[in-house]
Amino acid sequence: MEQLSGGDMLIRALADEGVDCIFGYPGGAALHIYDALFRQDRVQHILVRHEQAATHAADGYARATGKTGVVLVTSGPGATNAITGIATAYMDSIPMVVVSGQVVSDKIGEDAFQETDMVGISRPIVKHSFLVKDARDIPTIVRKAFFIASTGRPGPVVIDVPKDITNPIDKYPYEYPEKVKMRSYTPALKGHSGQIKKAVALMLSASRPVIYAGGGVVQGEASKQLTELARLLNFPVTNTLMGLGAYPGTDRQFLGMLGMHGTVEANTAMHHADVILAAGARFDDRVTNTPGKFCPSAKIIHIDVDPASISKTITADVPIVGPVNSVLDEMLELVKQSKVRPDPKAIDSWWEQIDQWRERYGILQKPNYETSSEMLKPQEVIRAVFEATKGDAYVCSDVGQHQMFSAQYYQFDKPRRWINSGGLGTMGFGLPAAMGAQMADRDATVVCVTGEGSIQMCIQELSTCTQYHLPVKIICLNNQALGMVKQWQDMQYSSRYSESLYEDSLPDFPKLMEAYGHVGLTVRNRSELKSKLEECFAMKDRCVFMDIYVDPKEHVYPMQVAPNGSMRDMWISRTERT
Amino acid sequence: MSRKRIISILMENEPGALSRVVGLFSQRGYNIESLTVAPTEDSTLSRLTLTTIGDDHKIEQITKHLNRLIDVVKLVDLSEGAHIERELMLIKVRASGAQRAEVKRCVDIFRGMIVDVTPSVYCIQITGDSDKLDAFINAVGEAAIIEVVRSGVSGIARGEKVLSL
Repeated sequence: MEQLSGGDMLIRALADEGVDCIFGYPGGAALHIYDALFRQDRVQHILVRHEQAATHAADGYARATGKTGVVLVTSGPGATNAITGIATAYMDSIPMVVVSGQVVSDKIGEDAFQETDMVGISRPIVKHSFLVKDARDIPTIVRKAFFIASTGRPGPVVIDVPKDITNPIDKYPYEYPEKVKMRSYTPALKGHSGQIKKAVALMLSASRPVIYAGGGVVQGEASKQLTELARLLNFPVTNTLMGLGAYPGTDRQFLGMLGMHGTVEANTAMHHADVILAAGARFDDRVTNTPGKFCPSAKIIHIDVDPASISKTITADVPIVGPVNSVLDEMLELVKQSKVRPDPKAIDSWWEQIDQWRERYGILQKPNYETSSEMLKPQEVIRAVFEATKGDAYVCSDVGQHQMFSAQYYQFDKPRRWINSGGLGTMGFGLPAAMGAQMADRDATVVCVTGEGSIQMCIQELSTCTQYHLPVKIICLNNQALGMVKQWQDMQYSSRYSESLYEDSLPDFPKLMEAYGHVGLTVRNRSELKSKLEECFAMKDRCVFMDIYVDPKEHVYPMQVAPNGSMRDMWISRTERT
Repeated sequence: MSRKRIISILMENEPGALSRVVGLFSQRGYNIESLTVAPTEDSTLSRLTLTTIGDDHKIEQITKHLNRLIDVVKLVDLSEGAHIERELMLIKVRASGAQRAEVKRCVDIFRGMIVDVTPSVYCIQITGDSDKLDAFINAVGEAAIIEVVRSGVSGIARGEKVLSL
């Protein structure tokens, strides 16, 4: 059997796991591993400029591909810098393996240089973690880490590796295990057939059904099944922020996103529904509004691979624990076999009702923003980006108003095209995530929609884009303020803009771009938007930053009335409510 | 309805496993009333017994989240069925003069044992469910008590039911 050092084993195990690309940053405790990396060519390493970006990039890579994102950082500050990105992945259930260097085993606990208790610090935000105590365990630990990260409800797994474990002098036999068995971890492979039958019977008796699909449908590769089922039954579909693209965004049966900034038609349909099929969604507080007023007449079917997500905030009438794709497959089969169909008259009149809401409130049917002045509105910029990219780009968003505008106005027809930090809401996520998506698909159009606030939280990554020729297109909706903070200050604090304005301190972004060797374009008027966007997307091999000045007064609407509102209680503009 | 629950957990005897369980409680805002942990006859497994207070919904969430921990192999809410619950208490009590006989009588009534004696102090060992230990503390009276050490609750199901692999 081949004899390898711990460092070599680690990199070899990653390669044997099928990893082709990792994101990281070297440092003392990780140097043996970095040397092992240097002496092989199966795994490519992307050197970021800050460890937070390594985790976001691996995260973006994972979301774009469905594969497990991999991060390599050193001990101490390297490890702590990775924490925000690990928490981001944890909240959105993204498969990720983070390898962190650690001080040598016999120095652990002595406050050694660059020592931090990584397993302890990361504990609440990982699916599991390992501290390697013997180099011989490395192949099994790596195999287990990938198995845990990518199965069941996916999530990040940390492997903390003390430096002595990777010592190049100590060599051990290496064999990568094909399978690992863990008596304490057996993710559900199938839903309960009885429950699925019950659910189908309920669906077939529905007169006002809604399918509410979340990120679990995207992560669980169940878009095809979801789309087929919805079409077969002619049920309306709404997606969560995390689920956009799970059902084709341009389809007639799609009602748009639901929740705090969802469409009126999606939220109102949910409110009046008699049967809700929740698939891979977790009834997040940004979806349900006041739980006590949530969908008063609905029977709820809830499919989730994680039992802890079921009946956590909203009680499910028919809970189904299992992978969304296999459960939907079974449902499809049962529906196809059954001669029963939902009462077509009831479904027709339900659609009639929904179409009325859609006609009255639909933001894509009738723009909900003013275009009388020459000042650009953020919403129309997103529409223009949608058109310029023919709706087929990877859109990686930062966090704030621009994120909500993108979710509302960019229609995603495919899963894995919309990449955003939904759960944790991490500003600074967009650019590194876009780098990860671009690494996953070098020829794709990858857009980072951001604001002048978010972009500055990881702007150092422009340098990484230079080094690896990543032609990310950065669309910055520049409203010269922290837009979402300002919106809440307008709505709840009588427009007292506490620390949400930059007061002319913003950098000249195009000049900054030039300093990094990229291209910067400025757009100030409606008349130049389309041509400048075309110019931007025509530069296939360049990283381009579009500094687009938009109306700083614009708010995101619709917006659910809170506190104490139900799903259907929404502001549709500054002055009008549903 | 909120009431005391005894959750019994079999978990991997791995470093850090306990901190994951304890961390879960603080992270999700649940309370731990008592906790005991020790290896079992299978050296790869530890048995952890914890008591907490909550209604059915909360306990369901707690058990689901515990089950999600990779190191947790199996668990049961003992308070759902017939079970035996025991706690050990070592209690140091002032015992001089007339008090001495009084304390001794009390120990006998509660079927405890005096395990150490000095001219002014008794060290008493007493086992039973938590209520019994509370009752003993009340009976002796706070003024006499010098020190109390309780082991936390251990529990086991009655009859054929077992928690094992």
